[in-house]
Parts: sequence; structure tokens; C-alpha cells
Amino acid sequence: MSTKVDQPTQNIKKAKFKKLLNNYQLYLFLLPALIYFIVFHYFPMYGVIIAFKDFIATQGIMGSPWVGFKHFERFFESYQFWSLIKNTLSLSVLQLIIGFPLPIILALMMNQIRHEKYKSFVQTVVYAPHFISVVVLAGMIYVFFSNNGLINNFIMMFGGESISFMAKPEWFKPLYIGSGVWQETGWAAIIYLAVLAGVSPELHEAAVMDGANKWKRILHVDIPAIMPTAVILLILSVGNIMNIGFEKAYLLQTPLNQPSAEIIPTYVYKMGLQQAQYSFAAAVGLFNAVINLILLVAINKFAKKLSGQGLW
Amino acid sequence: MGLLAMKKTPRRSKEDKIFDLINIFLVAIMVILVVYPLYFIVIASISNPDMIYEGKVWLLPKDITFEGYQRIFSDSKIWLGYKNSIIYTFVGTLVNVSCTLMAAYALSRRDLYGRNLIMFLFLFTMFFSGGLIPTYLVVKDLGLLNTMWALILPKAVAVWNVIVARTYFQTSIPNELLEAAKIDGCSDAKFFWKIVLPLSKPIVAVMVLFYAVGHWNSYFDALIYLNNEDLYPLQLILRNILIQNEASTQMMSDIDSLAAKQRVSELIKYGVIIVASIPLLVLYPFVQKYFVKGVMIGGIKG
Repeated sequence: MSTKVDQPTQNIKKAKFKKLLNNYQLYLFLLPALIYFIVFHYFPMYGVIIAFKDFIATQGIMGSPWVGFKHFERFFESYQFWSLIKNTLSLSVLQLIIGFPLPIILALMMNQIRHEKYKSFVQTVVYAPHFISVVVLAGMIYVFFSNNGLINNFIMMFGGESISFMAKPEWFKPLYIGSGVWQETGWAAIIYLAVLAGVSPELHEAAVMDGANKWKRILHVDIPAIMPTAVILLILSVGNIMNIGFEKAYLLQTPLNQPSAEIIPTYVYKMGLQQAQYSFAAAVGLFNAVINLILLVAINKFAKKLSGQGLW
Repeated sequence: MGLLAMKKTPRRSKEDKIFDLINIFLVAIMVILVVYPLYFIVIASISNPDMIYEGKVWLLPKDITFEGYQRIFSDSKIWLGYKNSIIYTFVGTLVNVSCTLMAAYALSRRDLYGRNLIMFLFLFTMFFSGGLIPTYLVVKDLGLLNTMWALILPKAVAVWNVIVARTYFQTSIPNELLEAAKIDGCSDAKFFWKIVLPLSKPIVAVMVLFYAVGHWNSYFDALIYLNNEDLYPLQLILRNILIQNEASTQMMSDIDSLAAKQRVSELIKYGVIIVASIPLLVLYPFVQKYFVKGVMIGGIKG
């Protein structure tokens, strides 16, 4: 009796299984990547429980004793806590405020160049710094901003006083953000430029008919066209606000600029790998990652409410 | 575009002409701001360091000397770093590109059961990660410390590149092609190898370039996973010279006075920046369009 009822569902199951079997080669294709993500991303997510334990290497992750929020409490109470938060947040917020609008402006400007050869020359040039390694970039900062480097020579040429840039905490942020602007603005403009190239010429022609000059067409045609892309990119960068590129920060740190140059990721590296306080450093890193995730979810919700678009 | 612009020319108002002029001028300033630091490195690397010190080098090299380059090229560490970086870049990129393209193709197939789940598993890692320390412990437990695999396996697949390649496959490989091949009894693997890949040369180029630049430029993985100097990639050796101020003793073994050492070390710094960037600088103008293409394909999906 029941066999009759089960027949169709069984058929569906069989069909599904057959489909899986038919595609077995595709699953084999996926296998290396899947193993990679499990081993190098999901194992560490599991491993992050050492933040709630006193990790002892010989006993492994499972065997180490639980200690609850001990490491988090130690971090919150440490004298560096507020300065780390302040440095990390101010560096990334400033970077966002300065670094986000510039590629849009650059793209709008490049889009207005009518001479094709000049345009492609400009593009080739402004994209180039993106490919410079972070070590070379930091090295360039050191040689340019050293006491007798290019910048100080320039200042002194106009009768100014030489500044020890690398030794002054207050210069860390400008150097970090300025070098980022120099390196990435052109590259980040590509995406906007692509959107602008897709704007229908008819829109512009119609605007010209209505007597709009170039400036007005930028305001009323070009900028509305790139808004959706800009919103998505803004969400992404706000969601990554605590993930500040710490490779550069680490390279730009000197013993003297430490008060403003120490940010959470460099602190995690020093505590964890240089001093082998694995559990404590994992706790600090987890704190950072969780704040980041919360920010991303919040900003996505906010953007959805405001403009109707979001990442998910 | 060119024709359209020409037709419009007579209609250009005075306002627009002023706008264009200001625009071209501002863009030119930006180009100079980008180019000058790079240009200065080049002329500084062949100038007498005293002249740089006194601020006499601005537009042209002064007292041309190739001492910096001679010292750099006679240093075995630099050559070893070069060799290591080439090996890591080659092997790493091979691993990256094969894993990424295979996964991206599988995920581009709408008939793949469970592909949304797998895609989610991949994407989630973009927004949350266990962090530096747990990742380090995994690498350590796998016994990869102090091997070249520590630089390659933990970076085997970049989610973003999977998205880019998947988007490309979805939009440029017509489904009819697959159906026709299936009727002829072609397997998925054969179809991928014989039909998809030859049709996807641009995306293969994009992937190779993105990954290769990443490997060539990275120093941090080497810093945390390697402590055997013979395995150091170029970037880590560069870091020691540029940031730690540790121009290798071999480079300056014949110099005694501290002042002279200081002088030469500056020259070496400018030189190594050029030496390390040469492969990219030479290739860049030819491959630029592929990079741009990669960004745009990724951007469509956002």
C-alpha cells in the first residue's frame, strides 16, 4: 500500500542521485578549493576557540583548559586598549573619508577627457602604482621622508625646517593615508570609469539640447549613473573598516611613532607570534573580527533602508 | 566615440572650453604627482648620493654612478631572493589558477546540485575569519613552517577571483555548447579542457596576472612562516634592506667608515627598489588591459 505512495518520492530521490553521479567530475573540480577553504578557513574558525582557553601546544586545541573570557577581560583592562581602538578606528575612518571620494572624482575627470590617446596615457600612468609591492612603497616613504630625503630637501629649499617624519607619531597617519591615496586612487577609479563608459550617449545629447553645460551634465547625468556602484563599494569598505591593511602599518612603524602607529592587527601579530601568547592574541583578533562583522551587517541594513540596495 | 566628439565640437560653448582646459590641466598635475616619485627613484639610483643629500638632484641624475647597481648585483642574497621569488610565483600561480578555474567552472554550472551552499561557504570567508593566530597554528600543525608550501597553500584560492571567473564562464560559455557536447558523449572534464578553456583565454590571463603579482609582491607570509634565510623571497630581503636598514654586509664589506657606509646604503636602497620592480614595470604596459578587464568582470556582479 505504502509502496505506491513512496514510488514518486523515491523516483525523485533516484533522479537527484543520478544527477549527482552524472556531475561527479564537477564535484572533483570543486574538491581542491573545498579542501582549501575547509583547512585554511574553517579549521581556523574552529581554532579560534583557543581565545576562550589557555592554549598549551602539547595538549592541542581540544586538550587545553577552558578559561572563559579571561583573555578578553585582560585585553579590555590593558592600558593599551583604548589607544588601540582609537588608532585603528581613526586610521580606517580617515582613510575611508579621504580615500573613498577621490577615485570617483578622478573617474569623472578622466571621463571628460576627449582626446583618446591622452586618456589612455593617463590611465596607464595612474593605474601603475597599484602594482608596487607594499615593501617597496614603504621603502619609498622611508627614503623620501628621511631627514635628507626628497621632501625635506624640498621644505628646506623654501627655507623651512627639516622634519623627522618617521619619528613623529602625528605624521604616521598622513603618511599612511597619503601613500594609500597615491597608490590606489587610479586603480579604484577603473570601476567607475567602466560605469561611466556605459552611460547612454543619448542622455548626454538630450542634456546638451536642454542647454546643460559640462559641469551640469556631470552633476545630473554622470553622478546619478555611478551612485549604485558607489553605494555597494561604500558598504564593502565600511564592512572592512577594522580590516585595515596592516602589512603597511607594520612596515611604517618605528620605535618612535608607536603611540599612534600601533593598531589592533599589528598588536595581534606582536603578542601572538613574537611573544607566543597565542590565546590572548587570538582573543584580540576575534574581538576585531566580530566588531567588523557587526559593522558590515549594520551598514548593509542601513543602506538597504536608505537606498534599497545592499549586498544581500 | 571619436566621431561623436568631433561632431559636437562646434557646439562647445565657451564655458565648456574653459572646463576642458581646467580639467586637462588638473589631470596633468595628477599624472605628475604619480610619475615624479617613480622617476625620482630612477634618477636617484644612478646619482652620486652626496648630490641627493644636498638636494641637488631634481630633474636629471647628477654625477652618474653605477656603484649601487654593481653592489646589488654582486650580492648573492639578492640573487637567491630573486630565484626564490620566481619559484614561489610560478608554483603558487599554477596552484592558484588551476584550483580557481576548476572551482569557478563547476560553480558556474546551473545543474550543479548544492552550488549555492558551496558558494555561500566560500563567500562567508570574505567577511569572517578565524584570524592570524589560528591560521598560523593550522599551518604549523600541518608541518608547513619553513617550506615553500607555507607561502602557497594558505593562499591557494582567492574568493574574489572565483567570483570573477565564475561570472565570466556564466556569461561567455553558451549553454547550447554544453548540450551539444553532451549529446556527443563528451564528459565534463573533457568539455572543460577542450572547449571551455580555449574559449576563456582572457580570463586565464587575468587570473595568472592577478595571482602572480600577488605572489611576487607578498612579504608577510614569508615573515611569519619562514625563518630559514635561504628560503627568503625577494620582498623579505628588500624589507631588511629598505626598512630595517640592514644592507647585507656582503654588499659593503670593503667599506670601513660609517659615513661612507651610510652613503652607499642610500644608493643601494634606490637601486633595489628598481631591481625589485623591474619585472612588473617591463610587463605592465603590455598586460594592463587584462588587469582592467578583470576588475570590470568582477564589477558587473559587484
